[in-house]
Amino acid sequence: MRIGTPIAGAIRSAVNRTTIVAEYSAFSLLKNALTGNRDWKPAWRAAVPKPRYDVIIVGGGGHGLATAYYLAKEHGITNVAVVERGYIGGGNVGRNTTIVRSNYMLPANSHFYEWSMKLWEGLSRDLNYNVMFSQRGVLNLAHSPAQMDAYARRGNAMRVAGIDSDLMTREEVAKFVPDLDMSRDARFPIHGGLIQRRGGTARHDAVAWGFARGADRHGVDIIENCEVTGFLRDDSGRITGVETTRGEIGAGKVGVAVAGSTSEVMRRAGIERLPIESHVLQAFVSEPLKPLLDTVVTFGAGHLYVSQSDKGGLVFGGDIDGYNSYAQRGNLPVVEDVVSLMLTMFPSYGRLKLLRSWGGIMDMSMDGSPIITTGPLPGMYLNSGWCYGGFKATPASGWCFAWTIAKDAPHDLNSAFTLDRFHNGAVIDERGAGPVPWHH
Amino acid sequence: MRITCPVCGERSAAEFSYGGDATIEMPALDASPEAWNAAVYDRENPRGAHAEFWQHAQGCRCWLKVERDTLTHKISSVALVGKAAGKGRS
Ligand SMILES: Cc1cc2nc3c(=O)[nH]c(=O)nc-3n(C[C@H](O)[C@H](O)[C@H](O)COP(=O)(O)OP(=O)(O)OC[C@H]3O[C@@H](n4cnc5c(N)ncnc54)[C@H](O)[C@@H]3O)c2cc1C
Repeated sequence: MRIGTPIAGAIRSAVNRTTIVAEYSAFSLLKNALTGNRDWKPAWRAAVPKPRYDVIIVGGGGHGLATAYYLAKEHGITNVAVVERGYIGGGNVGRNTTIVRSNYMLPANSHFYEWSMKLWEGLSRDLNYNVMFSQRGVLNLAHSPAQMDAYARRGNAMRVAGIDSDLMTREEVAKFVPDLDMSRDARFPIHGGLIQRRGGTARHDAVAWGFARGADRHGVDIIENCEVTGFLRDDSGRITGVETTRGEIGAGKVGVAVAGSTSEVMRRAGIERLPIESHVLQAFVSEPLKPLLDTVVTFGAGHLYVSQSDKGGLVFGGDIDGYNSYAQRGNLPVVEDVVSLMLTMFPSYGRLKLLRSWGGIMDMSMDGSPIITTGPLPGMYLNSGWCYGGFKATPASGWCFAWTIAKDAPHDLNSAFTLDRFHNGAVIDERGAGPVPWHH
Repeated sequence: MRITCPVCGERSAAEFSYGGDATIEMPALDASPEAWNAAVYDRENPRGAHAEFWQHAQGCRCWLKVERDTLTHKISSVALVGKAAGKGRS
């Protein structure tokens, strides 16, 4: 783990000795270790709401925090508040399986997610916060010759878009992930795979905390334990602020980035229907183990993805439960399904103990692609529809949403992610699953 | 989660497949594109009481209308739909 160069860090902490928020360096680690870790400062201020901001972001998940950070950093808009119902890191940003990839096929998605990948590649340095981005590769397994053909097509589409991808033969896969069941008589024998080597994982909490600290450093107020309960409007119907459990707060512009709560929050602004359904996705972690899996592997004849965290736990998940849900816990059929797929791939994992499982509420859009747009009301901006894949999108989502809010128009990278695409035939259905959100 | 099928009795949710929001009324075939787009894409997506379709795919294969709370997963009613509506055990 690299926490900035010690000398630069020591100088920085000397310079910043008077700052009230935490700096990390080899020097400060050592100093705090020797003094019983009693002197760490909070990473961001506990802000009290001001009467008015230029921009309010509703939702302090990864996307809301990244939006505030890039509003300040890229557009010089620093009179910004992030209003969070609970605590930073309590939503999906702290619940996901941390996979980062840009292996999409449709142009709108591939360019957007590749921009995100590029931001990931510089993120720890940009935030001066180690988000532990690890480009260990994401390998999708193929279980039939037809699936190899489909992967070749996807890989080619990626390469045409300037994104790295490699087809792997069966032998290469066996060598790359030695624990996989490679037997020819397996129910779904492995024929090969498609790998994006620049894909990998990041430390989810660090992403939330790093963006929060970065935004705070630029003057953004992060207001926790503050639920948005309604929206303020002027006579023309323009949104002019929010009503919260900590009082009314005025704003020039209000951006909504509340993931699984999108429909409920937008209803408070009078928007009764959206092309979004909320569904629960579960995730699982095993007891910690010595290093045994140094990449991300996904099963291709069902839905399972697994990687090993830096703490040693195998982190894995599968399909959403498949029915509308706002409960942050799922049901047993998915547990059974996920575990059986895991053992199909890695029979040797059968002895491992499951440490924990949990759920998060996904904002499943009707075509499986996101929404980053101005509107739907004047003075309002919407960021939603992330389905399973919003963690990897975090930097680009914040970057594009900040642009959209600052300029009152989308950037080229998100100009296809409109809300009205569902009403004008321009849906972006990567999976070809149709308007069935629980199939995306 | 268990669903009490009016034909087969109480069964694991694993036997059922989901059919989504049961409050959507499909417009007439000659209705406007706007009416069709709204029916196909726009959802209320409530946090709380939700009327939804399920098919007992690995049982009697009947389609059911289920009233379920999306926050607690508690099911308050299950009824047969289509030709069998109103039949079955209650
Ligand atoms: C189990 C699981 C596994 C996943 N795995 C991956 C993966 O491997 N790779 C990947 O790319 N993506 C993954 N995702 C998806 C990803 O986590 C989400 O798409 C993404 O985190 C959503 O954006 P966010 O971080 O802003 O959401 P959140 O962190 O959920 O932020 C939304 C915030 O809005 C707040 N909020 C809601 N209502 C209000 C209100 N009224 N007022 C104020 N605040 C409010 C919430 O409290 C919450 O903190 C996974 C998700 C889950 C649940």
